[in-house]
Amino acid sequence: MTQDSQLDLWEVFIQSKAGSHHVHAGSVHASDRQMALHNARDIYTRRNEGSSIWVVPANHITASTAEEADMLFDPANDKIYRHPTFYVMPEGAKQI
Amino acid sequence: MNQQEALFNYLLRLGDTAVIHGHRLSEWCSRGPILEEDLALTNTALDYIGRAEALLKYAADMEGKGRTEDDIVYKRGERHYYNALLVELPRGDYADTVARQLLLSVAEFHLFSALCNSSDTTLAGIAAKSVKEIRYHLSHAKDWCLRFGLGTAESKEKLQAAFNHLWMFTGELFEQLPSDNLLSQAGILPDLSNLKSLWTAMVNDVLTQCSITIPQDGYMQTGGMSKAIHTEHLGHLLSEMQYLQRAYPEATW
Repeated sequence: MTQDSQLDLWEVFIQSKAGSHHVHAGSVHASDRQMALHNARDIYTRRNEGSSIWVVPANHITASTAEEADMLFDPANDKIYRHPTFYVMPEGAKQI
Repeated sequence: MNQQEALFNYLLRLGDTAVIHGHRLSEWCSRGPILEEDLALTNTALDYIGRAEALLKYAADMEGKGRTEDDIVYKRGERHYYNALLVELPRGDYADTVARQLLLSVAEFHLFSALCNSSDTTLAGIAAKSVKEIRYHLSHAKDWCLRFGLGTAESKEKLQAAFNHLWMFTGELFEQLPSDNLLSQAGILPDLSNLKSLWTAMVNDVLTQCSITIPQDGYMQTGGMSKAIHTEHLGHLLSEMQYLQRAYPEATW
């Protein structure tokens, strides 16, 4: 990986409203946690998108590789019984 | 001068300072040291321009001569601007920019916190909204002062030079004009007598944390807010900011 001249890379997760998941929004450059939070606020919550921010150093994220994809995900292709589609939805239930 | 004229004049001082500072910050757009800072400063610039819009719209209503906030901003020369001299100085380097932001934001934090208690509900409302923005500006400026002050020898030297240079323009931030008494009596201006001591305590605290030597209070340059007499820099700023209205009067699109 080439040396990045713009400080360390952080991944940003934004929670749009209380109770919902933090969703990956993008990344920022920063030299520490505080700067990462400030930068994430300035870049990803300018239009009222957020109620909470997580920032995580990008090098702390362990990611699966493309080479592993067939081993990891293909076995799930033919296991439709894992989807809860064989149940009858109770009348009036909006979600289970 | 009656109370209405006194309030108009006070709103001009607050609004003009906000619009000129916002314009100076906007000059960093596309020139920030990194993309993240570029956005941070333009966000801050927009906060100031939004605040100026609210204050000057209220001032225009108060004046009752049919002017709009845009008329006030784009159709006045520098001898009719009542901003603090501090904010019209050129933006300088990044140390100058964050040092100025710190000095200004600390004053604004205490001033607008006090204005939240104004008997004038419009002014109190604008103040309440502004305080939230100011707390963020202050946090951002303090963060960068700490980084520069505790960073390299060069970054510390530049920050120290910035504070030394700007110091003589801070006295004006606490200036009270005779017409302000009318507003104090009506409860529109809360008691602001301790503004300077609150500012000094907070600024000294931050500068000490940044290992910056606190400049001595000496001669304080004033005249912008009280007499609309400015440094040579404001005219140049206005000629750029007002270019469109000057070249194409009443242009619309």
